[in-house]
Order: sequence, then C-alpha cells, then structure tokens
Amino acid sequence: MINKHDDIIIETLSRLLTPFIQAFGLYVLCLGHYSPGGGFQGGVLVAASFILLVIAYDIKEAKSRLTEKWNIVLNSAGVFVYAGIGLLCLILGANFLDYSVLSKILPVGPEEARALGILGVEIGVEITVAACLVSIFLDLASRGEHEEALK
Amino acid sequence: MEIVTIIFVVSGLFFFFAASIGLLRFPDFYARMHATGKGDTLGALLVVVGLAIYTLFEGGFELESILTSIKIIFIAVFIFLANPTATHAIFKAGLDSGVVPWTKEGAR
Repeated sequence: MINKHDDIIIETLSRLLTPFIQAFGLYVLCLGHYSPGGGFQGGVLVAASFILLVIAYDIKEAKSRLTEKWNIVLNSAGVFVYAGIGLLCLILGANFLDYSVLSKILPVGPEEARALGILGVEIGVEITVAACLVSIFLDLASRGEHEEALK
Repeated sequence: MEIVTIIFVVSGLFFFFAASIGLLRFPDFYARMHATGKGDTLGALLVVVGLAIYTLFEGGFELESILTSIKIIFIAVFIFLANPTATHAIFKAGLDSGVVPWTKEGAR
C-alpha cells in the first residue's frame, strides 16, 4: 500500500495489465466446460486485477473505481443469479438446479440447455467470488475501517 | 525445426543457470535482484518462444497449433512486461525500507 503517485512505472503497468487480467478471468470462466477453470478461478483472477490496482495506487483510488456499495450489490447479485437459475428450474417443474427443463424457455434442446444453465450458474459464482474476495482484501488492508458501509 | 527449439530452450536454460548462480553468490539484496531480474526474464522468454516454435511446427500449421502458439506468445509478452516491473517494485520496496547497499570494505 504505497502512496499514490509514488512510482509511475508500477502505476502505468498495472493500469495497462488490469484489462488483460480481467479478460483472462472471463476466458477461464468460459473454458471451464472442457478444461481446468470455472467460476471460482475466474472470479479469483478478476479480484486479483483489482488487488493489483490497490497495491499500485492506494485504497482510496481503488475504492473510487469500485465503491463499497457496488461491491455489496455485486456480492448479492451473483448469489441471486445462482439461486435464480435454480429456482427457475423449480418453477418449470424439475428439481433445484436441474437445468434440462430450461429448454422450455430457451430455443435449444435439453442437452444444450444443460450446458447453458451450468454457464449461467458459473457466471453467478464468478461475480460473487470476485466481489467477496475484494471485500475481504479491503477489510484486511484497511484494518477494518469501513468508510461508507457503516455510515 | 527441432534444432531451433533445442537452441532456444538450451540458451534459455543457460540464462536461468546464470541467474541462479547470481542469486546464490552475490553479496547483497540489490545485486541478487539484479541477477535474477534480468536472467529470469530472458531465460523464461527464450524457453517459451522455443516451445511456441515447437508447437507451431509439430502441429503442421493447423488452426489448433497456431492458436496454441499465439497463447504461448501471449505468455511470453506478459512475462516480458511484468517481470522487470515486479523486480523494480521489489527493488524500490527494499530501498524505501532502508536496506543498505553492500560496499567493499575499505572502498569509500
């Protein structure tokens, strides 16, 4: 946690590398069907790109890009996506997270609906893991000083 | 084309070897960082480029092997960007926390 404008080389390079790390996180997410990877690993990569920004700049600068409020919103949105897909399967008349019935509302067959359902659940996992790891890191790095959340 | 791969990988291993010797033998923090920062970057770059060439020619210029080679080249590019910057960051952290550079006794 060095100060802002402390070192121009580290700041510039971390700013340049951050979108590539995030794109790699999405690549790992999409490749999780048939190779190592998946929602958790992609989420960890997305969180790591944010942690790189915190280390290169300072916490205030990083929090201006992802505020605590939006962090909590994203944290819940991922769980909502996961549980929403599961409950959608319940509503359509199958078990919880039984994706094959999603073919009733998607224009694909049951097998492809299963793959797409897993992809949707993995997207939810990715969002939650990224936001949750960022909030854990910010709690540890700022020694528990919540600037917005406890106001 | 295997001979080109062998030349690349062996020269990369030579730089890794030199970096390891520098890490073990140099007297202080800054000199060790100097050895590993440069040697690791070039060594990893040469090994990875050698593997990319091997994949390209072994796959016979099919789409799959070209894609694999491009991914390996991406790894090389990001190592080339990130490794010197990480060395710089560790160097600067050492300087900020007051590690005194080594000097030969009697000189200065």
